[in-house]
Amino acid sequence: MGDAGPPQTGPGAQHLYVHLPFCAHRCGYCDFVTVTRRAGDEHGRYVDALLTELELERSHLAAGPQSIFLGGGTPTFTEPAALARLFAGLPPAGELTVEANPETVTPALAALLREHGVNRISLGAQSFQPHLLETLERLATPAAVRAAVAILRGAGFDNVSLDLIYGIPGQTRDDLERDLAEALALEPEHLSAYELEAKPGTRFTGAHEAELERQAEALEDFFERVVATLAGAGYRWYETANFCRADSTRDLRAQHNLGYWQGRDYLGLGIGAVSTISGLRWRNARSLPRYLAALGRGDRPEREQEPLDDATRAVERVLLGLRLDEPLALSGLDRALNQAAVARLERQGLARVLDGGARLALTERGRFLGGGVTAELLA
Amino acid sequence: MDQAHIRNFSIIAHIDHGKSTLADRILQLTDTVADRDMKEQLLDSMELERERGITIKAQAVRVLWKGHQLNLIDTPGHVDFTYEVSRSLQACEGALLVVDAAQGIEAQTLANAYLAIENNLEIVPVVNKIDLPQADPDGAAAEIAELVGDDPDNVLRISAKTGQGVEDVLDAIIERTPPPVGDPDAPARALIFDSSYDQYRGVIAFVRVVDGRFETRDSLRAMAQGTRFEAEELGFLSPDRRPVKVLEAGEVGYVVTGLKDVSKLRVGDTLTAEQRAAAEPLPGYKEVKPMVFAGLFPTDSDEYPELRDALERLKLNDGALFYEPETSQALGFGFRCGFLGLLHMEIVRERLEREFDLDLLVTAPNVAYRVQPRPDADWLEVRNPADMPREFEAVEEPYIRASVIVPKEYVGVVMELCNERRGSFDHLEYLSEQRVHLVYELPLGEIVLDFYDQLKSRTRGYASFDYDMSGFRPGTLVRVDVLVAGEPVDALSLIIHREFAYDRGKLLVERLRKEIPRQFFDVPIQAAIGARVIARETVKAKRKDVLAKCYGGDISRKRKLLEKQKKGKKRMKQVGGVDVPQEAFLAVLNLDTDR
Repeated sequence: MGDAGPPQTGPGAQHLYVHLPFCAHRCGYCDFVTVTRRAGDEHGRYVDALLTELELERSHLAAGPQSIFLGGGTPTFTEPAALARLFAGLPPAGELTVEANPETVTPALAALLREHGVNRISLGAQSFQPHLLETLERLATPAAVRAAVAILRGAGFDNVSLDLIYGIPGQTRDDLERDLAEALALEPEHLSAYELEAKPGTRFTGAHEAELERQAEALEDFFERVVATLAGAGYRWYETANFCRADSTRDLRAQHNLGYWQGRDYLGLGIGAVSTISGLRWRNARSLPRYLAALGRGDRPEREQEPLDDATRAVERVLLGLRLDEPLALSGLDRALNQAAVARLERQGLARVLDGGARLALTERGRFLGGGVTAELLA
Repeated sequence: MDQAHIRNFSIIAHIDHGKSTLADRILQLTDTVADRDMKEQLLDSMELERERGITIKAQAVRVLWKGHQLNLIDTPGHVDFTYEVSRSLQACEGALLVVDAAQGIEAQTLANAYLAIENNLEIVPVVNKIDLPQADPDGAAAEIAELVGDDPDNVLRISAKTGQGVEDVLDAIIERTPPPVGDPDAPARALIFDSSYDQYRGVIAFVRVVDGRFETRDSLRAMAQGTRFEAEELGFLSPDRRPVKVLEAGEVGYVVTGLKDVSKLRVGDTLTAEQRAAAEPLPGYKEVKPMVFAGLFPTDSDEYPELRDALERLKLNDGALFYEPETSQALGFGFRCGFLGLLHMEIVRERLEREFDLDLLVTAPNVAYRVQPRPDADWLEVRNPADMPREFEAVEEPYIRASVIVPKEYVGVVMELCNERRGSFDHLEYLSEQRVHLVYELPLGEIVLDFYDQLKSRTRGYASFDYDMSGFRPGTLVRVDVLVAGEPVDALSLIIHREFAYDRGKLLVERLRKEIPRQFFDVPIQAAIGARVIARETVKAKRKDVLAKCYGGDISRKRKLLEKQKKGKKRMKQVGGVDVPQEAFLAVLNLDTDR
């Protein structure tokens, strides 16, 4: 083990990601690994494969990991019976998060999730404006988002996160203000606010190119509004795109995602899932049939491997760590940083060196410029 | 050969008036080149020459006609090479003055015809392209007869394309132009009128023997420069190299020198034989001085050594090219190059890009200035605006005497253009009822950017233009600096007439503001004369620069993005702590071409 990562608590990764690719519809802006067709008992066979992969990689995972995250796709679109079998096969975890789309949230689903120990829901609200949801090709209506939250609350969920997207073609500053107000009215424990990433080559980018370009300028303002509004409502801007309610009794940050940002090991299962364990990163191939076939034979799926040397891991520690509001411990990172740039950025009021050089933090302005600042800081 | 049977002549013609075609036809008619070996415009050997239809380097070809040795000395056709033209003409006794029957006399024809008259050449006027439907042979003949003071009936009317009348041209050369009259028994003297570089044999000089004789293996000396070498081979072109033992008085030929540096043998210098050296060189030698300067920088700074090698090799063939290393904080390592004029610059640039496959960034061209920093101080020559003292006592700039020929309806627009460019009117004359010859005195600095393009576009291509240097004159000039975050950008400094400084400064800072990416802080961009700011813009600070989201699945991709961003930054130039992409400078430098 290099010294680039903080010590693991006990043997094996503390964080498990499980990818459930199934969706009713692929949204135009999405570039995740998704599967929209529904043939035979594909969901069931996929869950079997996941459980087989888990068995194969069991040695990499702590017996009782800190967090498990079911992401997608739309995990809650998965056949309930298959989903139940999956939960039954997973180890007990401190935080168990499931991503859900509002239109899939029913009392029955909520009950099923509760029954299997799910204690955190990440709800893909995206927007509360019908015309913007339509642009995003989301199936949920604003009413469905509110209804989903009510159902989850009714089922006893006390840790709900809402995803919002800004920078949607056609979105005005007023639209954004309304989205933020509506989201806050639902009093979520956690909020993620993402600028719409229009990936080149997606159907979406092709259709909205001119508007996206026009909006690029407004986005600076949007980002500032998001941070100011949420901070004003008492939320902690703990990561570039993530906010949580300050609560003296609980840490409401996403524990699973903190694992990524703090550079810890994680195991990922399913098509397209990525694992990083002891200096090796691997990414499962995206093909569903081949994944099913390989695991059906009891083999590991096709993978792309990327060994991470100490220098690379140090770079990642910096780029991930500086996304957080807590200062980054610099021990072991000296060579990854350009000291002249550190001094320059400090002079420019964008970064702060703390504790006699032991830790580095970005100022608020530095965080708004986090990408560029990080690029400069790296040696 | 007996001098009485030798004729040395050149062809003077405007671009596209048929000089090369006529030369080709002469080679065919005299059986110098078999019909089957004939390729279009044989004499223009460089690819670029053939493409542009112009002759850059002169050559000399020997043909035989009716018991006579005729040496055709080809002259470069452009204003930038006036000195070379004059040396080529000095090697001749006669000149064919060729004019297109449809176009009539052009400014360049005039300039070269005057040069020929100054050199006491017998001029044989020729109207070419009489086969064209729009030809006006009588009109053209009248213009040309007027110019050379001859009878229109003595003007030959030919079509070089069809061959019609070309035999008469050859006969006229023998009948009308005088033979050389050098002293065959005097100490040997030969005029160098051109040179080229052969990879295997070194510098080859093209010479006209005036007096005495030269033999292979003679020890020779170039009298003005003092360069000594042995005549490894003598010969003439026909059109390939044909070695001979001896070159005699009156003859034209080449000398293989074995020299490795073309600048050791200048056009206009006199060769003599050491064994019995001439006391006096032939008259007229002068060192040509570059008048137009520009910085040449490799777009990719790693290509600096390649650029240096390419310039070295180009210089072998082009004694007029000047270069010295230049370091710009904005553009990196490159060279400040001096050229005879704009075409010369364009040719050098194209050859560097084409023959050496280099990607170049060329700064806006400027002229050489003479500056007196303080009263009573010595005058300095400034070739780079960045070297101009910010304060000075006096400055002088080079002027030209510009000759423009246009149809009369364009006289107004030409005068307007010349006035915009600080020209002063000298005189105007009618060449015919339709065509006017305008003469203006203009600062060369106003010509080097886009004068010729403007002239062409405002006269719909009808104007022809030529110029002569007419010396330095005092100017109301200022140095304008462009500052990024308070630091001057050396590559963007310029010297300009005080009256134009504000507009140009404003344009420069506006353009630069659009090109400089936003930084973490506000970046002021200013144009200033000394300490006085004349224009100002601000690149507003960036307010957001983040990767929207980053989770376990895309850490590698985000890391690579960041590394790419970092690499891009490394390629930028730092000015005043600001990262400026090289393209920004390029865009601003291009300002001049689309003004």
